[in-house]
Amino acid sequence: MSKRTVELEVATTGVDAHGDPVRVPLGVAEEAPEPEIGGEHLLINLGPQHPATHGVLRLVVELDGETVVRVIPHLGYLHSGFEKLGEYRHYNQIIPLTDRTDYLSPMANNVALALAAEKLMGIAITPRCTVLRVIACEMSRIISHMVWLGTTAIDLGAFTPFLWAFQERERIYNLQEMWTGARLTTSLTRVGGMMADIPDGFVEGLRHFIATYPKTLGEIDRILTRNAIWAGRTQGIGVLTADEAINYSLSGPMLRASGVPWDMRKDQPYLDYETYDFEVPVGEHGDVYDRYLVRLEECYQSNRILAQALDRLPDGPINVDDPRVILPPKSRAMSDMEAMIFHFKQVMEGVKAPVGEAYVGVENPKGELGYYFVSDGTAKPVRWRIRPPAFINLGAISKMAEGHLLSDLIAINASIDIVMGEVDR
Amino acid sequence: MKHVLETKEVAGSPNFHLTRFEKLVDWAVNQSRANSLWPMPFGTACCAIEFMATAASRYDLARFGMERQAFSPRQADVLICAGRLPFKLAPVIRRIYDQMPQPKWVISMGACASTGGIFDNYAMVQGIDTIVPVDVYVPGCPPRPEGLLYGILLLHKKIKGESLFDAVRRRDEQPLDEHGLRLAPAEIDEISEPFGNSVHQFRSA
Amino acid sequence: MNPTVEGLKATFGDAIGRAGVARDGLSVVVVRAERLRDVVRWLKDTPGQAYTYLVDITAVEYRDRERPLELVYQLRAMERKTDLRVKVELDPQGELAVDSVTPLWAGANWLEREVYDMFGVVFAGHPDLRRILMWETYAEGYPLRKDFPLRGRFSRSEQVRQALNTNPEANYSLEELSIAEASDGLPADMRERLRRGERGRVPESE
Repeated sequence: MSKRTVELEVATTGVDAHGDPVRVPLGVAEEAPEPEIGGEHLLINLGPQHPATHGVLRLVVELDGETVVRVIPHLGYLHSGFEKLGEYRHYNQIIPLTDRTDYLSPMANNVALALAAEKLMGIAITPRCTVLRVIACEMSRIISHMVWLGTTAIDLGAFTPFLWAFQERERIYNLQEMWTGARLTTSLTRVGGMMADIPDGFVEGLRHFIATYPKTLGEIDRILTRNAIWAGRTQGIGVLTADEAINYSLSGPMLRASGVPWDMRKDQPYLDYETYDFEVPVGEHGDVYDRYLVRLEECYQSNRILAQALDRLPDGPINVDDPRVILPPKSRAMSDMEAMIFHFKQVMEGVKAPVGEAYVGVENPKGELGYYFVSDGTAKPVRWRIRPPAFINLGAISKMAEGHLLSDLIAINASIDIVMGEVDR
Repeated sequence: MKHVLETKEVAGSPNFHLTRFEKLVDWAVNQSRANSLWPMPFGTACCAIEFMATAASRYDLARFGMERQAFSPRQADVLICAGRLPFKLAPVIRRIYDQMPQPKWVISMGACASTGGIFDNYAMVQGIDTIVPVDVYVPGCPPRPEGLLYGILLLHKKIKGESLFDAVRRRDEQPLDEHGLRLAPAEIDEISEPFGNSVHQFRSA
Repeated sequence: MNPTVEGLKATFGDAIGRAGVARDGLSVVVVRAERLRDVVRWLKDTPGQAYTYLVDITAVEYRDRERPLELVYQLRAMERKTDLRVKVELDPQGELAVDSVTPLWAGANWLEREVYDMFGVVFAGHPDLRRILMWETYAEGYPLRKDFPLRGRFSRSEQVRQALNTNPEANYSLEELSIAEASDGLPADMRERLRRGERGRVPESE
């Protein structure tokens, strides 16, 4: 190997090759005309196919230079006619549809639908089923927030938390697959109970997850929370006051980050949530940073709830003991005439709901998910309305993005935590 | 490499060497195309989440050279339509497909992209093959990451069977009429006919 | 029964129709369409009522053709943690129109647009009433009406043809087109559309 010394003549403006300052004369050949900077506004189209819109969302942005004047969202690119389909299906047949609206937290949607149908029909579920459903909801909260965290971090330039977050999701997916057979489209609940009881090994697997999950959250916390870039890009961005948040009908972490301490689990409880010991994080400034802190803390609190739920999981049946609502076990349906008739009626005709209506609102990871059933006494609902938290939260985007830069708009869009399957239904 | 020599070639004749050369070029080109397919993830719904999981650490698309996801269609090789496609999105996917440079392939991931899935209603395209030509269909709702990887490997196999010197440019197809349809209307109606349980779910009460 | 119902009957008299309790425990009260905005403003602004949170706006059409089409507003008083359901009955064969509550709640904006898109109910005074889930020149009708079939009115090939011809560039709202027009950046055909005030064309059928 030989060494060669190379002499380079490096001249930058103001410094010559020896490092001494040099005056570079400003030679302007002729008078350049002043550029015309008019007050024109630019119209930019983001989407519907775009990596940072979290699905097929189209944002038409009116820009004054780099500053956003107005955002006009266009939706409907994932409209799948769910509510129309629901009118053509029995109540149990609607449950697979609910997996596919908010596909980031499918078990929570399944639970919400079963609760709505049971409220309509006046069915009370068993204690074991209640605790299992709480476990399902909190597992869903964790996986939904992990997607939110990973994709928001990627939008703002931090790639590594995405991989950590998705690795945690894989661990929950293992548990979901152990329980229901599917990673994503779980269809966990049935009217009056669940599709199946938890298998052997589930409790150990979940305990292991609970023990090790805070470590990953701590790593994500360490890499993001006090990071100057993260704080610089999220603090003071997309501020909504508490009154504005209420006026825009926001819910979930969006509402709580603006300082409104409303959580359906505490304020209109369901599934015995009032008996669990957990805190609800409430923000102060209503900016993107507060939303991040609220969601991160909710993951810790979900972990707490999961531990308590596992401790109190009672034995007993998971399904209500009503053969008109719950399919009898296959062994009995194949041997006992009465059980076979119940099976036949439920499968062919469905379970008839009484005339009336019922609305159930639950605290989904995205916000308040509501299912509203109207029944005319038949087995298929007259109307199935999904009150979509992501759709309503997205309505505030123009207000939040006014006056910010285009890159802040990406951060704001990410902080709303939208899932287009639910926005468009 | 395995070759089947055509009977009219004799070792030593110029056709023999030309064919060997063509096959060598094809092999090299197809290997480089197959092993670094840059995907254009046209992810709409739940399948997009499974696609993201396939790209994440556990299933890792980077093993197949696909970790560089091309969000601009101008730089993409394979359009992976992951998720359901409503009618409102139909012109968008057609435009994205048209913007991709040759050679391009399409993977239809999931039941909704392949046939419309469970959404046999007014809003859903009954299979993206009514709009863009598809090379590989991956069934599932959603397909497991292993399923998507199997579909990608099938596409690799398909690519490795292609030839640069083939006069038929299958992927350079033109629409049938000025409205942009690529299949005849009767054919679209026939493949969109309901089947299975869909046939029964037309009665609201 | 929610005590609000008594207050409503006392204040608005015969603008309040029947009231009951639904299967989820919420009180449901029917209000005449022309008094909707007054009732809802009273519910929101009166100190003892304070229904400041709008939960949802939707519509229900029954299979029984005799029953009216109901517009359902669900309101929430956050301090008392109580919900109330207010319904407006409209004639499904007649004109579906009611006042918009967007001046009271900003969240009503998109909810009312969705009801317009899916049912065809026109909200008077809405700042931007156009379709939100289907595309603006969608010609098949209002999907969630009971006389709209599940698979739509047109054949599949016709639906594909219409969808492919909607021309994504045409789907700018008049608001957006006027912004672009102000900066002279608009192509001639869009400028013509803006002048005529239209939102695009339905492609000609064969």
